[in-house]
Amino acid sequence: MIKAILIFNNHGKPRLIRFYQYFAEDMQQQIIRETFHLVSKRDDNVCNFLEGGSLIGGSDYKLIYRHYATLYFVFCVDSSESELGILDLIQVFVETLDKCFENVCELDLIFHMDKVHYILQEVVMGGMVLETNMNEIVAQVEVQNRMEKSESLVGSVAKNGHVTFPT
Amino acid sequence: MALKIVKGSIDRMFDKNLQDLVRGIRNHKEDEAKYISTCIDEIKQELKQDNIAVKANAVCKLTYLQMLGYDVSWAAFNIVEVMSSSKFTYKRIGYLAASQCFHESTDVIMLTTNQIRKDLSSPNQYDTGVALTGLSCFVTPDLARDLANDIMTLVSHGDCVKRKRCSVLIMYKVFLKYPESLRPAFPRLKEKLEDPDPGVQSAAVNVICELARRNPKNYLSLAPLFFKLMTSSTNNWVLIKIIKLFGALTPLEPRLGKKLIEPLTNLIHSTSAMSLLYECVNTVIAGQYCSSVGSVVLCVQKLRILIEDSDQNLKYLGLLAMSKILKTHPKSVQSHKDLILQCLDDKDESIRLRALDLLYGMVSKKNLMEIVKKLMLHVDKAEGTTYRDELLTKIIDICSQSNYQYITNFEWSVSQPVTPHPPGISVSWWTIRVFAVAQMATLLDNAHLLTGSMQRNGICEVLYAAAWICGEFSEHLENPLQTLEAMLRPKVATLPGHIQAVYVQNAAKLFATVLKSQEGNTDSTTAQETSQLMIDRLPLFVQSANLEVQERASCILQLVKYIQKLQQKDVEVAEEVIALFAGELNPVAPKAQKKVPVPEGLDLDAWINEPPSESESEDEQPKAIFAKEEPKHSRPRHTEVDEKELARRREARKQEQANNPFYIKASPSSQKVYQDAPGVEHIPVVQIDLSVPLKVPGLPMSDQYVKLEEERRQKERAEKKKKEKKKRKEKRSGRGKKHDSGPESEEDITPAHMVDIVTEEMPENALPSDDDDKDPNDPHKALDIDLDKPLADSEKLPVRSHRAAEAPKSPAEDGDAESAATQEPKKKSGKEKREKKKDKDRDRKVSLKCSVSLQIQFSTSRIFNELSPSSFWVFNEKKSSKHKKKKQKKEKEEKEKKKKKKKHHHHHHHSDGGGEESVQNGTVEEEEPLPVSVYDIQGNLQDGSQVVVSVIFENKCDSFLKSMEFNVLDSLNSKLQRPEGSGPHDGLTVPFQLPPGVSNEARFVFTVQSIVMPQKLKGTLTFIVKDSSTHEKLDFKLHFTCTSYLITTPCYSDAFAKLLESGDLKGSSVRLEGVNMPFHHLLARICFHHHFSVVERIDSCASMYSRSIQGHHVCLLVKTSGQTVSIDAKCDEPTLLGNVLDEIKQTFSQC
Repeated sequence: MIKAILIFNNHGKPRLIRFYQYFAEDMQQQIIRETFHLVSKRDDNVCNFLEGGSLIGGSDYKLIYRHYATLYFVFCVDSSESELGILDLIQVFVETLDKCFENVCELDLIFHMDKVHYILQEVVMGGMVLETNMNEIVAQVEVQNRMEKSESLVGSVAKNGHVTFPT
Repeated sequence: MALKIVKGSIDRMFDKNLQDLVRGIRNHKEDEAKYISTCIDEIKQELKQDNIAVKANAVCKLTYLQMLGYDVSWAAFNIVEVMSSSKFTYKRIGYLAASQCFHESTDVIMLTTNQIRKDLSSPNQYDTGVALTGLSCFVTPDLARDLANDIMTLVSHGDCVKRKRCSVLIMYKVFLKYPESLRPAFPRLKEKLEDPDPGVQSAAVNVICELARRNPKNYLSLAPLFFKLMTSSTNNWVLIKIIKLFGALTPLEPRLGKKLIEPLTNLIHSTSAMSLLYECVNTVIAGQYCSSVGSVVLCVQKLRILIEDSDQNLKYLGLLAMSKILKTHPKSVQSHKDLILQCLDDKDESIRLRALDLLYGMVSKKNLMEIVKKLMLHVDKAEGTTYRDELLTKIIDICSQSNYQYITNFEWSVSQPVTPHPPGISVSWWTIRVFAVAQMATLLDNAHLLTGSMQRNGICEVLYAAAWICGEFSEHLENPLQTLEAMLRPKVATLPGHIQAVYVQNAAKLFATVLKSQEGNTDSTTAQETSQLMIDRLPLFVQSANLEVQERASCILQLVKYIQKLQQKDVEVAEEVIALFAGELNPVAPKAQKKVPVPEGLDLDAWINEPPSESESEDEQPKAIFAKEEPKHSRPRHTEVDEKELARRREARKQEQANNPFYIKASPSSQKVYQDAPGVEHIPVVQIDLSVPLKVPGLPMSDQYVKLEEERRQKERAEKKKKEKKKRKEKRSGRGKKHDSGPESEEDITPAHMVDIVTEEMPENALPSDDDDKDPNDPHKALDIDLDKPLADSEKLPVRSHRAAEAPKSPAEDGDAESAATQEPKKKSGKEKREKKKDKDRDRKVSLKCSVSLQIQFSTSRIFNELSPSSFWVFNEKKSSKHKKKKQKKEKEEKEKKKKKKKHHHHHHHSDGGGEESVQNGTVEEEEPLPVSVYDIQGNLQDGSQVVVSVIFENKCDSFLKSMEFNVLDSLNSKLQRPEGSGPHDGLTVPFQLPPGVSNEARFVFTVQSIVMPQKLKGTLTFIVKDSSTHEKLDFKLHFTCTSYLITTPCYSDAFAKLLESGDLKGSSVRLEGVNMPFHHLLARICFHHHFSVVERIDSCASMYSRSIQGHHVCLLVKTSGQTVSIDAKCDEPTLLGNVLDEIKQTFSQC
C-alpha cells in the first residue's frame, strides 16, 4: 500500500499532497517538512530509499523518492510494495505528466494542481496501484477532459435557455 | 449537431479561479497569510451563492489552500453540495476536495451515502470512477456497510473494465472498514483472479495480496490458483505481487516452498527485470528453511552482485535481502563480511543503516570486539542524531544479544562507557561483580561530567544502572563513603526523576554499608558524620517534584534521623539497618509478570472488597501504589517507631498539597530551589558533546582491553599449541592438522572468566510464546477470517431494504410542473414510507419488479409494466419427497401457502388503493396472484446502442433463493449482452442470493440496434428455492418503449428555432380529446413520462424538446383549446416520432 504521495520543490514548498490515511492539516504539514528535511540533504547519487520518517508509520514504511530538476516526488509505501516497482511508477507518473502538460515544469504543477490530482487518480487509487501503462492513463485523462469540455458547452446552453423541467 | 453549434456566451465570470488564486499568493509573498485570509473570505461569499459553478470554483480553491495547510473542514457541507452536482466537471471537483479533507469524523459524510450510491450506479462510467476514487479515500464503516452491496454489483456486473478494476480495488478498503463483508464478497473477488482483463486481474491480485499479508493462513487454499497465475502471467507487476504473496505463504506451508523453488530459480535466471529478480530472491529466502542450500547460495550470489553494483538502489536492496538470509543462514552471509564492512563506510546513510543491521547477525565471539571497536569509531564520526542513535542501539544490541553469549571479556564490556548495561549483567555474572561495582563507582564519581550531554542523549540511563549496582553490591565498594557522597550531590537533582529515585534508595543501602563498616570502630565519628551527611542532603530530594523521589527521600530521611538519635545514645544499629536491604536479587525476565498463569478459580475482574466510594480522596492513591513497591524488607519495628512522626509529616504535606492546587504537576518552582541552592554554583558544568570521543577519566579505555584480550588470547593459543604439540608428539597421528591450520575456531576462544549465566526468572507454568507484541489495534486483526468455510445463510451483504416500487405519481396531483423538481425528494420519501407500510401487509413472495425509465441528470421517471407470470407458485408440486419428515414439512408449507394466498389478496386491495401499478398498461394480474415487477431502463449516453436495465428482485416468500439466472429471448433488434464465450441462449447469473424479504438490484445491458420501434422481450428468471432445492421459473416480459430511449435534454430557444428551420425534420401531429387538466399539468406530464423539456411557453402554447440516445431530435409544439390538445411534432426519424406520439396518446387516454 502507498500511504502518501508528496510532491514538493527544492525549497520544500508543497506542490501536491495526497494522503491515503487521514492526518490533520498541521500534521500533514509537519510530515511534509520532515520529509523534505530528510530528502533534501541527500545527494543525487545516493539511493532513492529512505527509512526513518518517524511521523508517517513505523518501521514497515519507507520513503521512495525521485528528484527531477526542481521537484521531489516522494512516495511513502509499506513493505507490500516493490521498491523498484514504485521507482518505475514514479517515472511513469512523471512521464504521464510530461505528456499531458507537454514538457511539464514546476509551473504546470503550481497552477494546475487539480489536473495533476486527476492524473494521479488514474495511476493510484486509495493507495493501490491502478494502472501502470502510460498510454492507458493518458487516454483516460483525455476522455475525461473532453467530457469536461463538452459539458461546459451544454452548460452554457442550459443557462440561457430558460428551461424548466420537472424531475 | 445543431445543439453544439450554438455556443452559449456566458461562461464562468467569477472574481477568481484557481489560477488567479495561485498567482495572487505568489504576488503577495510578504503578507501571504493576510492575502489568503481575504481569499478565504471571498470563498465564503462564493459558497453562499446558489450557482453551482461558483461553488465548485470556490471548492477547487479550497482544495489548494488545504494543501498549504489550511483547515477547510468548515466547508464540508459545500463540498457535499458540489459532489452531488449532476455535471461531471463539478462532481469531480467535489470528490477531489472530499478525498483531501474528509475523514471518519467528518459528520456530513453520512449525507453522501445516497449520492455515492447514485454515482456508483450511474450509466456514465466516469461518474462511477470519480466516486470510487473519492470513496477509497474517505470510506467509513458506515459507508462501507451501506455501499458494500453496490460495490459488489459493480464488481460482477460492471460493463466497463475500468469501473470493474476500481471497484475491485476498493473492496479492500471496504473489508478493512467493514470486516463482515469479507466472507460474502470473497468468492467474487476470487473469481476476478481469473478475469480475462489483465487490469481487473491485477487489481484482484493486489487486493488479495494486501489481505494475505496480514493473515496469510486464511489464504493458503488459494496457493494453487496463484501458482497457476505465476507460471502463466507475463505482467511483471502481477508477478511481483504474486511472488510477494508467496513470500507470506511459504513460511506456513513447507510443501509450497519446495514447489516454488523451481519456477523461482527459473525466473531468477531468466528475468531481466531487477525488481522481479529481487522479489524472487526474497521469496526464496522466506521459504529457505525448507529449501535446498543450493538455492540459498544462488540467492546470496545474486545479492552480492546487487551489492557490488554501482547503482545505490540495488546495493541497498541487496543488503536488505541479505539481512533476511542472515536470520536462517548466518554462515552463508558471514562469508561476505568484507563487503558489508565496506558498506559501513558508504556515504549513503540508508546503506550504512542496512549494513549495520547485517553486522548484528554476523557477530561472533571472535570478532565482537573488533566490530564494536569499528562501530565506536563511527559513533565518533557520525553526524546526525538518527544515525548515531541507531549506531549506539546497535552496539548495545550486538553486545547483549542472546544473553551476552558472545561476550568473552566482561571487563571490556563493562568499561564501554556508552553501553548502559542493564543491571542484568552484574546480576548475572557473579564473578565480575566486584569489577563492575568499582567501575560504576568511578562512573558515578564522574557523573557530573556526563550529565550535561547525557541528558540530551538519554545515556543518563547508565547512571540509573550504576547507582543500582553500587547500592545493591555496596559490600564490594572500596570506598562506600565517597560513592555515597557522589550520589548525594545537589547536581543529581537535575537528573530525570526515576534516576533520582534509584539514587535515593541506593544511598540508603550505601549508608547501611558504611554503618556496618564502622561498626566495632571505637571512634563513632565517621558513622555520625555519615548520618549527618544524609540528613543534610536528603531534604533536597524531599522537595523533589517527582512523587517517588519525594516519598522515598522523606521515608529515608526520617529513618536516618531516628538512627542518628540511636547513635548518639551509642546503640548499635548497623545490623538492623543492614537487615533492611538483606536478601539476594535474581534477575527476572521482563515478560515474567505477564506470564504468571492465572490460578484456577481466580476472577481478576471481581471486586475483592466493595468498590471504593467516590469520595475517597485521590491524593491517597499514589501513596497506595507506592506502598506496594516499598521494599518488603523494611522492618516493622522501625515503621512503628516512625509512625507518629511520619503521620505528622504526612498530615503537614497533605495540608500543603491542599493549599497548592498544582502539586501533582511538576512544579518548576521547586526545581529552581535546587538550582539556587548553595553549593550548585561552584560545580562546573561541563558540556560534553558526543562528537568528542567519550572518555570518562578513571576508566580504562576500551582499547586497552582489546589489547589485553588479544594478549590473553595469544597466550592461550600458545599454550594450546604447546599442549597440542605434546599431544601430537604423544599420538603421532596425522589428524591433528585440522587444529592449527587457519584461524582459531569459535570454540577455541575461552572466556576470560568462567561466568555462569543465570537465566532470567520466569514464573512457574509460564508458557513460552511470542505473541506478546502483537498490536491489538491493528485493523487487520478483524480481517483474520476463515474464508474456506461455506457461507452461512445469515452471511450476506446488507442490502438496502427497499426502494423499488416507487410508482410515478401523476404530476397532475402534484400541482405545478415547475415546482415538481423541488418537490421530488419529498415525494420520494413519502412514497417510501407508503411502500414500507405496504410491505408489511404484502404477501411474502418472490417477485420481480420492473419499471422502465431513463435516468438522465435529475429527471427520474419510471413506467410500470405488469408482467404476466406463469408457473410461479408451483414449486411444492414438483418436489418428490422421500422421507416422512420431509412430507410433513411439505404439508406445513402448503398450509402456509394457503395463508399466504389470503394475505396476498389483502395486499392487492392495498395496492389498488395506491393505484400505481396498473396505470400504464392496464394489464393487471390474471388468475394467479402475481408478483409485481419493476425494472428500470437507462439509455447509455456514451453508446447509442446500449440500454441498461436495472431489475429489482424482491423475495417475498419465506425461503432463501439462490442461483438466480436471468435470461431473455433475444430479438433481432435487441440483445442481452452476455459475457464473452457464452452462447446466445445462456442466462446471466444474478450476482446475489436473496434471503426472505430482501430485495436487491441487478443490472443487465442490452444492445439495441434500432430504437425507432417499441419492443417487448420475453424472458425467464430461474432460481433455486433453498428449502426445497428445486428449480423454479418465472416468466416475464420487458417492455422497451420508445420513450425509454429518449433523454431529457435541455434546449436553448435559439437552438430550437434553428433546428426547426433546418428543414431536416419531418412532421407529424396528433390530437388528444377530452383532456381535462390545466395546461401546465399537461406539460409536466409529458416532461415526466416522456422525458421532454419545455423550451418555451406562451399562454396555451408550448414548445418542447427531447433527444434520443442515438441523437434524434424530437420537437413538439403543444397547443390546447378547451379539452382538445393538439400536438404538432417534428423529428428526423418519422417512425420514432409516430411511436412516441402513440405513447403520449396512451398516457393521456388513461387519465
